[in-house]
Amino acid sequence: MRQWLNQHVQAINLVLSRMRRNLLGTLIMFCVMGVTLCLPGILYVIVDNLNHVAGTVQSEPKISLFLKLDIQADSVAAIGQQLAHEPDVARYEFVSKDKAWQQLQASTGSAAAANKLEKNPLPDAYFVQPKSSDPNAVEALQQQMQQWPGVELAQVDANWIKRLYALLALGKKTILVLAALLGLAMIAIIGNTIRLQIVTHREEIEVSKLIGATNRFIRRPFLYAGAFYGLGGGIAAWLILLGVISLFNFSVAEISALYASNFRLGLPDSGMIITIISSAIMLGVLGSFLAVSRSLLQFELD
Amino acid sequence: MIKFDQVSKRYPGSNEALRGISFEIPEGALVFVTGHSGAGKSTLLKLMAAIERPTTGTVLIGNQNVSKLRRSAIPFMRRKFGLVFQDHKLLYDRNCFENVALPLYINGIAGADAAKRVRAALDKVGLLAKEKAMPITLSGGEQQRLAIARAVVSRPSILLADEPTGNLDENYASEILSLFYAFQQVGVTVVIATHDASGISAASGKVLRLDHGVLKHGVTA
Repeated sequence: MRQWLNQHVQAINLVLSRMRRNLLGTLIMFCVMGVTLCLPGILYVIVDNLNHVAGTVQSEPKISLFLKLDIQADSVAAIGQQLAHEPDVARYEFVSKDKAWQQLQASTGSAAAANKLEKNPLPDAYFVQPKSSDPNAVEALQQQMQQWPGVELAQVDANWIKRLYALLALGKKTILVLAALLGLAMIAIIGNTIRLQIVTHREEIEVSKLIGATNRFIRRPFLYAGAFYGLGGGIAAWLILLGVISLFNFSVAEISALYASNFRLGLPDSGMIITIISSAIMLGVLGSFLAVSRSLLQFELD
Repeated sequence: MIKFDQVSKRYPGSNEALRGISFEIPEGALVFVTGHSGAGKSTLLKLMAAIERPTTGTVLIGNQNVSKLRRSAIPFMRRKFGLVFQDHKLLYDRNCFENVALPLYINGIAGADAAKRVRAALDKVGLLAKEKAMPITLSGGEQQRLAIARAVVSRPSILLADEPTGNLDENYASEILSLFYAFQQVGVTVVIATHDASGISAASGKVLRLDHGVLKHGVTA
């Protein structure tokens, strides 16, 4: 137990002193890995925030029935009757063209434009809440209503939100692919760095093997080096991510002020930070393990 | 302690380096391996330390058959030996103390315990005052003594030295030989390969003389 502990402490000390001796190179390595890692991190933060925004918007589908402009009052009532008997409809609400016109004139943004219009261009409308929120059922209902006499247009309001969700899902998939590719790149970067270190310490490795060092003994400091590179790179990625998001937030604050909102990009939570750093460490260890194992095989063949 | 039985070693693409070698070295003996250069002295030492495996025949070290050892067991076999290499194989990027400490680190010994043993080894070869010096600043004889300190620091039961006096003048050479005699006195089995038979008096130890890979004059128990 004592021996085992000694060997690990020794390997760590050795690696730390090597890193201190080559401080600039080590820091550059941290930066390279930080940049590599923070790319999927930034994307994740953006998609995560959009997801959050989308979640606050009501995602219940709603069908808007806009009636023909020249429709008679009894036809409007007939459609109301039909809606009342439709089993798939949960709720519906009638908004007359006059009421809609008043609402339009009252709303701040469009009042100026509405006042310029001479007469009311708006149709009577029913707003229908279907019982099921299954997109296929909603679409069937919408198509059915489109055929009703007196209906100009049956529109599903939730379409844009469905599209947004589909885009967000695509975004998440993109992040996964990007993260996987950059993970491979990290393994390659670390593997190559460790391989160069092995070349510089070739003599030491050879002598150690001759006087009875096990492969494990030789591998240990390099594995720790890989882990430390991962740790440093992970922390660098976190700092870069913090900087980038703070920078973005200035502009985001401006934009959301224009929309009378106080929305800000959320910072990554601790779970996310732990994930970034621990996956960086694992990638580091994996990269150096592959490099050392390959080199050890070469030493055996010599 | 060391027993060779009909050992031959052939390197790929060359003649047999060793042919049908049989001998036995008892525990605590001091043995010289002599012969012209290329006679197979280094190969013989490498076979003992499990750096090479015999093509045919068996090499027994303390009743363990070296040629049958698993690959993973070889490092532990090598730790029984203290090795002094022909070209020292010192590490020039670390100081004397750290060079000598390397075998201890490999054995997982560190801290005050290791420091005590390193200083004891350095003291034995007369380099205690130079523990902080880098090996490159040492003279040839001092480097050789440093290599010996590294070989003995983990208290091996067998000490193998390949041309330890190779390119040293006579004074240094006899100084180094007396070091090896001192280790034999405390029970270490010592095997020294040398092309220079002049420094060996008949009484000082037993001699294995190799000639073109064949044992001409050997020791038996």
